[in-house]
Amino acid sequence: MKPMTRLSSETLVLSEANIDTDQIIPARFLTTTSQEGLGQAAFADWRFDEQGRERPDCVLNGAGASGRKILVAGENFGCGSSREHAVWALRQFGIDAVLSPRIADIFRANALKNGLLAVEIDLVTHQWLIEHPGAQVSVDVDACQLSLPHGRCVAFDLDPFARVCLLEGVDALGYLIHCEDAISGFERQRAARQQQEFM
Amino acid sequence: MSRTLFDKLWDAHVVTAETPETPALLYIDLHLIHEVTSPQAFAELARRGLSVRRPERTVATMDHSTPTWSPDLMGQRRYASEQAWSQIERLEQNCARFGIELHGWESPDRGIVHVIGPELGLTRPGMTVVCGDSHTATHGAFGALAFGIGTSEVGHVLATQCLMQRKPKSMRVTVDGSLPAGVTAKDLVLHLIGEMGVDAGTGAVIEFAGQAIRELGMEGRMTVCNMAIEAGARAGMIAPDQTTIDWLRGRRHCPKGETFERAAAEWLVLAGDADARFDRELRIDAATIAPTITYGTHPGMVVAIDQPVPAADTPARRRALEYMQVTPGRSLLGHKVDVVFIGSCTNARLGDLRAAAEILKGRRVAAGIRMLVVPGSEPVRRQAEAEGLHKVFIEAGAEWREPGCSMCIAMNGDQVGPGQTAVSTSNRNFEGRQGPGSRTFLASPATAAACAVAGAVADPRRIGGWRETRVGVPSPRHMEACA
Repeated sequence: MKPMTRLSSETLVLSEANIDTDQIIPARFLTTTSQEGLGQAAFADWRFDEQGRERPDCVLNGAGASGRKILVAGENFGCGSSREHAVWALRQFGIDAVLSPRIADIFRANALKNGLLAVEIDLVTHQWLIEHPGAQVSVDVDACQLSLPHGRCVAFDLDPFARVCLLEGVDALGYLIHCEDAISGFERQRAARQQQEFM
Repeated sequence: MSRTLFDKLWDAHVVTAETPETPALLYIDLHLIHEVTSPQAFAELARRGLSVRRPERTVATMDHSTPTWSPDLMGQRRYASEQAWSQIERLEQNCARFGIELHGWESPDRGIVHVIGPELGLTRPGMTVVCGDSHTATHGAFGALAFGIGTSEVGHVLATQCLMQRKPKSMRVTVDGSLPAGVTAKDLVLHLIGEMGVDAGTGAVIEFAGQAIRELGMEGRMTVCNMAIEAGARAGMIAPDQTTIDWLRGRRHCPKGETFERAAAEWLVLAGDADARFDRELRIDAATIAPTITYGTHPGMVVAIDQPVPAADTPARRRALEYMQVTPGRSLLGHKVDVVFIGSCTNARLGDLRAAAEILKGRRVAAGIRMLVVPGSEPVRRQAEAEGLHKVFIEAGAEWREPGCSMCIAMNGDQVGPGQTAVSTSNRNFEGRQGPGSRTFLASPATAAACAVAGAVADPRRIGGWRETRVGVPSPRHMEACA
């Protein structure tokens, strides 16, 4: 994973609430055994019609969408299925950050493990962003701060562990593997206790 | 200090405590895997040269991409695609390579992951259970802490048997009184999600409590916990009691004899302390719940089956009603249906099939309706066939299939067509969930079966009273239900 310290982009806006992971990537694309090649499947049924033609009225299509890395979404974004494919598809589509007043638990956990900054923002900021699609927004991961046009800054919460992972471009598995002694110790203690109880 | 059921389970599995900088390290007792969310995790292990730390704590099944058609005379199975076939093959290879038990095609126990875990006694009270599947909360019905994870976390558990987790908040939903006659666990949980909203549980573990929950059998409790995620919750759980213990006794992976009785005594004391505090509480009166059905495009858009659909007073509801082709201000009774699906980790257990067969016995699926009945596992299928339920379904005109997730996630070729409307016993009615352009009403097995007979949304309490009605002869009351 590439370290992520700062990000600056115009926003893409999907104001609908409760955008579920079936919308982000429909289940028929999940028969893959790879993480790759999923960008085309991102929001497939929103972007393409039954014949596979781009829907011109979809904000994710066309020149306006390309190069935009920050997705502003309605509340409860990423609800539903636990499929990490939703995060892989968004990343490959070009999204590096999702801003929403509420983000579903599993989606957020998956996002932060894949260098996709998924953070919750306050309702006032969210409303402003919804009303100003294409606004230039900067994200400072280190300072946990968004910069909006006109010099306005907004803080966001980010789990300190996830923040370090993003800043250093590392994932949690490396950390976990180094906890081997603690894990073995826990297993030994528990086995001893169970043996006592069931003697 | 007083502790909830969740507190007790959490505390018992903390390997290293949470600090401001790092989440807690939580030990996982049981890891269930399937073909869709595991291949990339195994690939990551291989890439890093890691092995599976405790292969005996992971159990695999194949359910999501598997065809539900029986194999042909040559033993060939009708996969949805070459890719679906290769996903199954990859699971077989990974399990063989890493030493993981797989309930594959040849296993007499294969089935939907959340059906077979409890069935085999792999899921037991007091355990932590995870799976790369959001409906893992199902196992919470046994007083386990069970939650869905993504593929990265599947890799974490395979490699270390642990997950990094911040402790979620706690919430208790108490359902007082008894469910009225003809109202099932599915109606109860749909009603609850409607009351709570689809994100009320975000960041929390819900404990379901109260008389109506205690009165549910284990299958009903699994249905309720299964859908905790549809209220946004991390997990749903129910304290173990005598019902739990009686259901588990004799299951393959449960302790036997005296050891079982000692374990059972331990399980009973897992229940939360009487004065334990929850971050949030919600109380509901069971008597107010009727057979419930969704009308919109998320599981919180519900209505009692004989009550009018709410007005399109928000942009979200307007969009949902338009997508579903539903008229606000009128009940759904009589709304035309094309497909009926009985199955999924929510409602494909024996009791669900019995409830559907009860309605279908001696009746016909209405002309033009396609009905699929997909048992949750091979043991469910065998037991249903031993009771003759499959004959009831087939004689009524339904398709009786092999176990799997089937039309719930619709990635194995079992799909609802574009523009078609289905009544499904599954858990999600999102746009296109059951196939591109498909529309879904979620309901109980009894309601789904009633809809199949009527060819339209119907109230199972009224069909239930039609026992005298002969096959193929529409009765005036039938017409009334369809009006």
